[in-house]
Amino acid sequence: MLLQAALAPFSITGRLVIGVCAIVGALALFVGRALFACVTPRWHGGQIVRQAFSIGFLSLPVVGLTAVFTGAALALNIYTGGGRFNAEQIVPQIVALGITRELAPVLVALMLSGRVATTIAAEIGAMRATEQIDAMRTLSTEPFRFLVAPRVLAGVATLPLLTGVADVVGIAGGWAVSTWSLGFSSEAYTRSTVAFLEAWDVQSGLIKAAVFGFIVTAMGAFHGYRASGGARGVGHAATQAMVWSGVLIFATDYLMTSGFTEA
Amino acid sequence: MSAPELEWRSVRKQLGGRAVLDGLDLALEAGRSLVIIGGSGQGKSVTLKLALGFMRPDTGTVLFRGQPLPGLFRRRQAALYRQSGVLFQGSALFDSLKVWEVVAFRLLHAEGRPRRQARDAAIEALSQVQLGPDVADLYPAELSGGMQKRVGLARAIIGRPRILFFDEPTTGLDPLTAAAINQLITDQVRRLGCSALTITHDLVSARTIADDIALLDGGRIAWRGDRTQLDTADDTRVRAMVEASRAPR
Ligand SMILES: Nc1ncnc2c1ncn2[C@@H]1O[C@H](COP(=O)(O)OP(=O)(O)O)[C@@H](O)[C@H]1O
Ligand SMILES: [Mg+2]
Repeated sequence: MLLQAALAPFSITGRLVIGVCAIVGALALFVGRALFACVTPRWHGGQIVRQAFSIGFLSLPVVGLTAVFTGAALALNIYTGGGRFNAEQIVPQIVALGITRELAPVLVALMLSGRVATTIAAEIGAMRATEQIDAMRTLSTEPFRFLVAPRVLAGVATLPLLTGVADVVGIAGGWAVSTWSLGFSSEAYTRSTVAFLEAWDVQSGLIKAAVFGFIVTAMGAFHGYRASGGARGVGHAATQAMVWSGVLIFATDYLMTSGFTEA
Repeated sequence: MSAPELEWRSVRKQLGGRAVLDGLDLALEAGRSLVIIGGSGQGKSVTLKLALGFMRPDTGTVLFRGQPLPGLFRRRQAALYRQSGVLFQGSALFDSLKVWEVVAFRLLHAEGRPRRQARDAAIEALSQVQLGPDVADLYPAELSGGMQKRVGLARAIIGRPRILFFDEPTTGLDPLTAAAINQLITDQVRRLGCSALTITHDLVSARTIADDIALLDGGRIAWRGDRTQLDTADDTRVRAMVEASRAPR
């Protein structure tokens, strides 16, 4: 008894380590299979188009609203902050930089981890629970090719596009609030933005977005695929997909940013 | 004699800390309809899943026409999938697709046939299970349980399979619908001239569908005979199941 109690911390730690290794291993295997299905034939074109529509096009309203308000709020904050050392005129430059390099890709991805990762996890989880995935395999159709790859490809392709939209809309939000209530002239604001922005500011944001597109869709599919235990399991999978894609978005964002700024 | 269509050789499978299958030996001969009966939890579904590649045996092998599954790069498993049709217990219809797209799924997505042609084939398959073309454009959720089973059967037979699998085909259906499904299964297996493997705990169903019956108990085949031998079997476990199925409810 005493010995058992003394050893408890080790056994708990051991089990935790094994658990973490198991899930990391499963994730690595899943990502490997998903990537393989993405880059080798055969591709289910109809599914890719369908997913691009539902992941990309149907996310436009949410992305637009998020971006416009973020751009506007950012302009107000920079104006206040800049005012502390008489640098209010810096607003257009910082808005453009903040939106393109950081806020548009990250916020678009976070919104999509709520809208898309959860949906994917729930769809695939429900299909798993009702043997639809097994059925698909017996119909000579590989679920990784029919379900996972189209979603991942659509995510990787559409997140940069959505981020491009968010770049424009977010900068427009900053412009709107600056010209209406901060006393900027429309022409001067636009000129400062265009003169300041470098191609790499936008490009690096779009690269981030493509990586986030992979994370959001792959995490949704991963958790859906692992779902077990009926409706409760499907709900759990959706939650996990959102939480973990969010965490991974922040973590990879930091890593990519530090890589990009060193370069 | 040629190799059986499917063969389980000394298969052992442990699940949840218990040997569910413990040295299972079983063969499905070409052109025969074999029904595996047994109480719930005896491993009927596991036996099926091992053949369909959803699980792997701990020891022993499952062979498809004499060659082990799943084979290198799962090739043997893929060959089995190409030549088989499965009717799942809960039908497992794709709920985001229309009925005809569900039925024609193999033609559309595995064989890449044109939609027009696939749709015509689906409507023909639906007529084989006595469903009219009017259901083709509905969604699975709009159908009753019995109709969903029929759609599942239509999907299983559309590729002219050589082996059909039926997982508890009558579970959850009322007796009249169950009888109709049993009849459809018998008719289709005969029409296609294929082999069939059914797992069920429903003896009425077993008597209708089976040429041969095997009782799974304690992780192996405890009794095997043709369907006429069911009532005269002297195995106590078979007798108990037969008695129980007759007992007034
Ligand atoms: N994936 C699994 N994990 C753990 N135990 C399982 C799993 N699948 C089946 N079992 C167990 O194996 C036994 C046989 O299951 P099954 O083949 O479904 O029985 P049945 O004859 O009713 O179809 C049951 O005790 C079940 O709990
Ligand atoms: Mg079962």
